[in-house]
Amino acid sequence: MRKVIMGNHSLSYGALLSRVQVISAYPITPQTQVVELLSEMCASGELKAKFINVESEHSAMAALIGASAAGARTFSATSAHGLTLMHELLHWAAGARLPIVLGNINRAMAPGWTIWADQTDSLSQRDTGWIQFYCSSNQEVLDTIIQAFKISEKVLLPSMIVLDAFFLSHTYEPVDIPDQVVVDEYLPPYKPKYVLDTKDPHTFGGITSPEYYYEIRYKMEMGMRESVEVIKQAGKEYGELFGREYGLIEDYRCEDAEIIFITSGTAASTAKVVVDELREEGKKVGNLKIRVFRPFPFKELRRIIEHAKKVAVIDRNISFGHHGIFAQEVKSALYNHSNIPVFGFVAGLGGRDINPQTIKEIYHITESNEYPSEKVFWIGVKK
Amino acid sequence: MQKDKKKMRESELIIIEKESDMPPMAMSLGYMTYNKTGSWRNIKPIINYDICIDCMICWKFCPDACVLIENGRPLIDYDFCKGCGICAEECPKDCIEMVEEGK
Repeated sequence: MRKVIMGNHSLSYGALLSRVQVISAYPITPQTQVVELLSEMCASGELKAKFINVESEHSAMAALIGASAAGARTFSATSAHGLTLMHELLHWAAGARLPIVLGNINRAMAPGWTIWADQTDSLSQRDTGWIQFYCSSNQEVLDTIIQAFKISEKVLLPSMIVLDAFFLSHTYEPVDIPDQVVVDEYLPPYKPKYVLDTKDPHTFGGITSPEYYYEIRYKMEMGMRESVEVIKQAGKEYGELFGREYGLIEDYRCEDAEIIFITSGTAASTAKVVVDELREEGKKVGNLKIRVFRPFPFKELRRIIEHAKKVAVIDRNISFGHHGIFAQEVKSALYNHSNIPVFGFVAGLGGRDINPQTIKEIYHITESNEYPSEKVFWIGVKK
Repeated sequence: MQKDKKKMRESELIIIEKESDMPPMAMSLGYMTYNKTGSWRNIKPIINYDICIDCMICWKFCPDACVLIENGRPLIDYDFCKGCGICAEECPKDCIEMVEEGK
């Protein structure tokens, strides 16, 4: 069934189809509509889940940690300050190996007070042990939620599905809503091995001495590494059942490209349009979208840009005192593997448009310089 | 009650032979009663039963439920008592003495 829905509701439908059992959330713009629709679904009986109203995002994640440990399939959604208030519990959810799935609508951090798109909120959670997906369309948002439960429940690590504020959250797009019967076939009920149960009591997350803590962290890293193949497999199986295949990255016209844009989120869709336009002018250019930020797709990235001459990384985020965060990850992926110049661009912070003109300007800077003259280029900044 | 629990524990025992058999998260394969937290104690309460009037104020005040009642008399559970001394402080007959461990 095709429906024209906003990105926020893509998250809600994804959770509905995944048959989540516990939802806990606190409203924050631009996320609010995600949980409004979910609470309506719970109230009407369409979704047989427990909806928990909480007093903060910190509590929202804490409630899901308890529910997930007890064996429930759990979901929440948030944005910016909500996500950063959850920070402590994000570490806990991953360390406790709970397959919680969270939607995060990328929103810039205050001050100045803002509600617009920026990736700094979710990228600040880089080291919490969460798998992170960056989506470019409402269809991808819905599809990724369903895949995320499958992946998380296999590798026992939580997943964050990230989408740009307003560019997706409030934009209506046609979305194919998959048939519940087929989703059930793809995503069977969650059956945890270790569960909070009074009939078979265990103690979870208790004091852990240096004798064991180190090994537990090692196992987390092994889970993250295992997830690379699990994500690929889940995306492939999804393609077989629903006709839309997904991977860690998405390459567009990269085969013979000399300059490759590396993008994420909605900027990746815009970059594809620019690639087509520049190709018409005879420019050899392609776009590589990073869909999965954690685990970082090192191998896939190296393979795609192997024959390129330069790459231009577009970041809607900034790590102060260094680079855009995707640029620094790309550089670390290429170090010891390639000497290709990496041009780092920061653009679109706080919801500023990254339009075709912005990306063309980025192309021209990359094309006309043999080597990046600046550590990071701020595109469109008023000086 | 304590005895029954012990029996249950033995029957549920999960054997871990090597590190990779361990669950991936921090977890004890049992109740909190496995963790004998009394080992954290530096000073231990000793009840002088000649003076004790079995008023159970110590039982009521113990923040960790480490005062048991056996045959109507208070009994400190040293497996879990952490030696905070609240029982000694609250005892109306002043009959609980805090003694340094190992002495």
